[in-house]
Formats: sequence, structure tokens, C-alpha cells
Amino acid sequence: MKVRQKENLTLLERIYIFEVAKGMLVTLRHFCKNLVFFRRVPTIQYPDVVRAYPERWRYVHRLKYREDGTPRCVACFMCATACPAKCIRIVAADYGDSPEHAWKEKYPDQFEINELRCIFCGLCVEACPLDAIAMDTGRVSIAAMARGDVIFGKESLLQK
Amino acid sequence: MNLVIDIGIVLFKALVVITALLTLTALLSWVERKQSAVMQDRVGPNRANILGFRVFGLFHIIADAVKMIMKEDYVVPGANRFLHSLAPFLSLTMPLIVFCAIPFGDTLNILGKVIPLQVVNINAGLLFILAIGSLSAYGAVLGGISSNNNYALLGGLRAMAQTISYEVVLGPALLGVIIVFNSLDLNEIVRAQGELIFGWIPKWGIVVQPLAFLIFLVAAMAETKRAPFDIPEGESEIIGYFVEYSGMKFGMFFLGEFAEVGVAAALLTTFFFGGWQVPFLAADGFSFPWGASLALPHLAVAGIQVAAFVVKLFALCFFLLLIRWTLPRFRYDQLIGLGWKKLLPLSIINVLVTVAVLEAIK
Repeated sequence: MKVRQKENLTLLERIYIFEVAKGMLVTLRHFCKNLVFFRRVPTIQYPDVVRAYPERWRYVHRLKYREDGTPRCVACFMCATACPAKCIRIVAADYGDSPEHAWKEKYPDQFEINELRCIFCGLCVEACPLDAIAMDTGRVSIAAMARGDVIFGKESLLQK
Repeated sequence: MNLVIDIGIVLFKALVVITALLTLTALLSWVERKQSAVMQDRVGPNRANILGFRVFGLFHIIADAVKMIMKEDYVVPGANRFLHSLAPFLSLTMPLIVFCAIPFGDTLNILGKVIPLQVVNINAGLLFILAIGSLSAYGAVLGGISSNNNYALLGGLRAMAQTISYEVVLGPALLGVIIVFNSLDLNEIVRAQGELIFGWIPKWGIVVQPLAFLIFLVAAMAETKRAPFDIPEGESEIIGYFVEYSGMKFGMFFLGEFAEVGVAAALLTTFFFGGWQVPFLAADGFSFPWGASLALPHLAVAGIQVAAFVVKLFALCFFLLLIRWTLPRFRYDQLIGLGWKKLLPLSIINVLVTVAVLEAIK
């Protein structure tokens, strides 16, 4: 094996034992320090203690309602088009001529966000012309036992 | 009748020693994780709990054991089933057998019986230790060969090269100790370390044979196959001889490694730190060099001596783990070069110097 030797090692460094002792003093010092001040360790006990997130953090999505209780979304497909990960699937539907939805035209019959594909870039929120989609649920962990549990449908998105 | 009692005493001692060593082994697996965490400004294992009690993560030992036992024990197709099962067995039992020859106290006199505090008193105990200790290398080698996996085979080869290289060094390093204390009997070696030089320095091996201590320390660490000598396994990057092991068989390799740490610490204690000797403590109590003395009953003396052995053992285990978590791994050529080109000549020089000094004193 060809090894390039460092030339500027002194004899004491070559003997190696003193360097080992120096290294062990460093680790021993940390050991003693942490043994005495064990509460100063910077670890955050994650599921028990959650660090404060920044104000504009992008959490898991939700869909908003209008004041009359119908979804704000008009199924314009702007978010699905803007999405770089192609994780939004919308099936649009028409309100028809029903008198209680007089001024409304379209609504999403199905609205799915695949949270496994989502890269949490927030472009869907920016793209939405009606501010119908938001990323302010405060939820960061999307772990689940089955794949289907993290493909959020219209019902679960509208819940929050 | 006497024979039955004697056999009973030996069996009881064996049971105590093996239980103690297995407990130490399990404890070390926790100490290793917790100590490394504290050294690296981390918290370490602390999640396992029983009824909410965490006890600094001590229950992780139980959790690990349950996990290991419940896991599937898979033998790869094409592997040699017999050797594949024999390898972890060898690497765990050989350190246990070595431990049987190590004296953990002086003799104990109870009810007119003289019981040496050592499972078997072999008059060539040092040779026994070297012979059995090198057998545990078969565990690694057989594990590599029988796995039907090229990477495991290469790991086994590295283990073989390393253990043979450092096995060669172990003998000459101990020659100096044998010459100074003039015995192969481990208990005699420990008794000889109770003497005092100039009336106040205990004649421990590290005082009279400091170079042999360093060489033996390095060689013993290399024999345990742990960092900075963990070339055979190298868990984090290079693949080792136990890739194809799972479940409790892997657990036995794991435990065998810690048992070897315990054995290395025990050997270092016995040869270089006075074994069960406490400075200035004789069979009838303390007698200090400045004239003060303190008479103690026999049982108290024996208790203090066993406690001293245990304390030294734990301190050395801590020291070995400290080295393991401080130094990076040696390169392969550095490892072999250190063994053959530096330690072996040094140990032979140490023997020559020891003989010369002893002749000059005489």
C-alpha cells in the first residue's frame, strides 16, 4: 500500500503514546463535564419536548372553508399545476343550478394530497387564487402504518 | 464426603464467576453506549422503561436481550450449518473459560477449610490463559469461513491476520512479568505483587514492567477486536465476519466481544495492577510504612481484597472503553506494522533489559 507520509511530525508525535494521552484527556474532560452538568447537554427529547418552530414554517396542508361552510376551493387546478412533485389530484364537479349555491360554479369532488410525494415547498399555497389551501396545521410528523393513511383525501384535509 | 464438598465448592465458585462475568458483560453493553454518549455530549439510551422508571436506560439491557432472542435466526443457503452455529459459541465461551483461571481473592478460611478464591488453581495458569484465549479467535475465523459470503470470508481473514500477529506479541510481553515474579502461577504472581519496593512502593507489575504493560495493553486491545483495532468487523463501514448472523447468534458474538473486554481488564489487573492486592494490606490487616497499623479480621481482609479486584476490573474496563471511543481505526498496514515491526522487537528488548537488570541487581 502506498501511503504519503506527513513530514513535519516531531519525534513525540511519532511515538504516538503522548498524542493518545492528549486525545484521551479531551474525551475524559467531556465525560467528567457532562457527568457533573448532565442537564446542559443540548439534546432535545423530541417526542416529549418539541422545539418551537419558526412562524412561517410549512406544516401539513389543510383546506379552508367559506363562511357558509362550503369549501373555498373552486377546483381551478392552479395548485396541481404549480406542484413540482405532482402530488395533488383534483376531480372537479359542478354545483349545477341549485338555488342555495346560486353564485358558485365549481367545487372539488375529490381532492387528494399525497404527503409522501409532497416536498413541502409551499408553491400550492402561493398559487391558490382563493387562499383555499394553507400549510398551518402545526402538524409535522406524517408517519403512518400504511401508505393509504398518508394520502390525505378531501375529508381529512377539510377537517382541520 | 470430603470429595463431594470439594466438588460442590468448585461448582459453586464456577457458577458465581460465570454469573458475575455474564452480568459484567451485559452491564458493559450498557456502559459502552452510555459512556460514549456522555463523552460525546449526547444523552444516550434512556427510552426503555418499566412502569415509567428509566434508571438511566439500564432496562435497555433487557430490551436488547428480548429483541435478540425474538429475532429470526437465519442461516444462509450454502452455509455450513454446524460451523455457522459453532462460531458464536466459541467466541462467547472461551473468554468465560479464561476467566476461571483468574484469582479474584486470596484464600478464604471458613470452618477449617482453605478455599482459594479462584475457580481452578492451575500451576501454569498463564500458559492456560494464553492457550484458551487464542482459541476465541476461531470464533471470528469460523464465522467468516462458514457464512458462504465473500465479504464475511475477507473479514475472517483480516481477523485471523490480526489475532495471529498480536498473539505473537502477547507471549514475549508477559515473559518480562514471568521473569520478575518468577512464576507461571497466576495466584503466585499476584502474591508476589504484594511486596514493597524501598518499603513503600507496591511492587505492582506496572511499576516494575511499565513497557510490558503498554505492549500487553495494546496487544490485548487488538485481541478484543475493538476500535482502534476493529479492522475485522468495522461495523460502520467495512463488512465484517458476522454479516450473515442474526438473532441471538449475532448477540453471542456481541456478548463475546464484551466478555473479552472483561477478560482483558482482568488480565491487566492480575499482571500489572496487583490483582486482589491492596497496598499495605497483609493477611492480618493494614500496616503502613509510616508505622501505623490496623488489625482486621480474616473475613474483612478477604472482602476488601475481592472488592479491590472488582474495583480495579471496573476501572480498567472504563479505561478500555475510553480508548475505544477516543481513537480512530488503524489502517491495515499500520496495524500489521505496529504488531510486527514495533511491538514485537520492543517486547524482546524488554525481556533482555529485564534479564540484564535482574542480573545486575543480583
